[in-house]
Amino acid sequence: MPQTATANILTILESDFSGVVEEWLGTQVKEGVKRSDLFSDSESRAQNQELLKAFGKGVRAGVVNEEFSLDDDAWEDLRAVLADVSKERVGRGVTPTEMATFVLALKAPLFKRLEAMPGVEGGKLIRDVLMVTRLVDAFAIYTNEIFIGERDQIIERQRQEMLELSTPVVELWDRVLTLPLIGTLDSARAQEVMENLLQTILERQAEVVIMDITGVGTVDTQVAQHLLRAAAAVRLMGAECIISGISPMIAQTMVQLGIDVGTVSTRSSIRTALSDALQKVGYVIKTSEAS
Amino acid sequence: MSGVTSINLVENALLVSIQDDVTDTEIVELQETLSNRIAKENVKGVILDISSLEIVDTFVGRVIAQLAGISRLLAAETYVVGMRPAVAVTLVELGMYLPETRTALSLTHALSQLRRA
Repeated sequence: MPQTATANILTILESDFSGVVEEWLGTQVKEGVKRSDLFSDSESRAQNQELLKAFGKGVRAGVVNEEFSLDDDAWEDLRAVLADVSKERVGRGVTPTEMATFVLALKAPLFKRLEAMPGVEGGKLIRDVLMVTRLVDAFAIYTNEIFIGERDQIIERQRQEMLELSTPVVELWDRVLTLPLIGTLDSARAQEVMENLLQTILERQAEVVIMDITGVGTVDTQVAQHLLRAAAAVRLMGAECIISGISPMIAQTMVQLGIDVGTVSTRSSIRTALSDALQKVGYVIKTSEAS
Repeated sequence: MSGVTSINLVENALLVSIQDDVTDTEIVELQETLSNRIAKENVKGVILDISSLEIVDTFVGRVIAQLAGISRLLAAETYVVGMRPAVAVTLVELGMYLPETRTALSLTHALSQLRRA
């Protein structure tokens, strides 16, 4: 009797669909990956049913001569359902291990049913088990890939948001700008900061710029170089640059690293930098007569 | 001297406007004309207006540095004014910090600095 490699699997999925779903859920409970705290029973059941249906559809159409690839059109439904489920699970804080184990738990109910099938034994059983294993493994690997992709997207979005958020140029006074730097200064951010700063200098015709590094945790040679390059560009534009917020710790590090700030003025606090800056543009700060 | 680059006397300084389409030959010619004018008119400063310059390379950077060096020897300070942000970034990336020139935001800014000096 000619038989395709997936005939037995398809028979199981068709004749005992809800049984497999129930047992799949049961295995998930046993393996401790069913997050009852995050998903209600009916939600999990609905997800599993959808996944299994899409999986069955893929097995029916997507396996030719024991070969298959989840990138084929036949697996489109499964990919779409998986993308939805993964997105939801990432959002609710499911770990990758839980996600993979969740898919791999499908093996147990399928194996059990293959074993119980009449006429399936010996070499045939092993062939069928191998087929199921390959299918479910591919399914699990694909799930993990989607899962990681989902996370990467979140990270990328947050990085982008941080880049935009973190470079404000503030006008402190007429012709005086300040740039409060916070966090780490890598090349991409330094470039963004510099362009933003130079553009603002042009727009506001600022004469003095205070770069405040109070919020920068560590200053190594690279960070220092970015700062000094920004200062040099500011000078070329015709404005003057004061670097403020140099803590005693950072001063020591910079000297130990042999960083030469050249003609760029540096101040320990933004307070002294501001008073210097105002003086440079011709203002003086004094207490009022009344006090 | 060709028409693309002009030299005008403003107060006690020579104002030089460098156009975007300036050629290498013209900029070398400018060096010669300018040094003659500085010596003849006995000015205190030279103001290089490069606000219309959109592209710089190492050659232009070097010529600017040389112009500053020549003026310094003839007792005049060089102010580079109106540098565009992109030009400033490029010069810094090329490692040309132009330490011997002074810089100003605009012609007014440069003149007020000259008066103070």
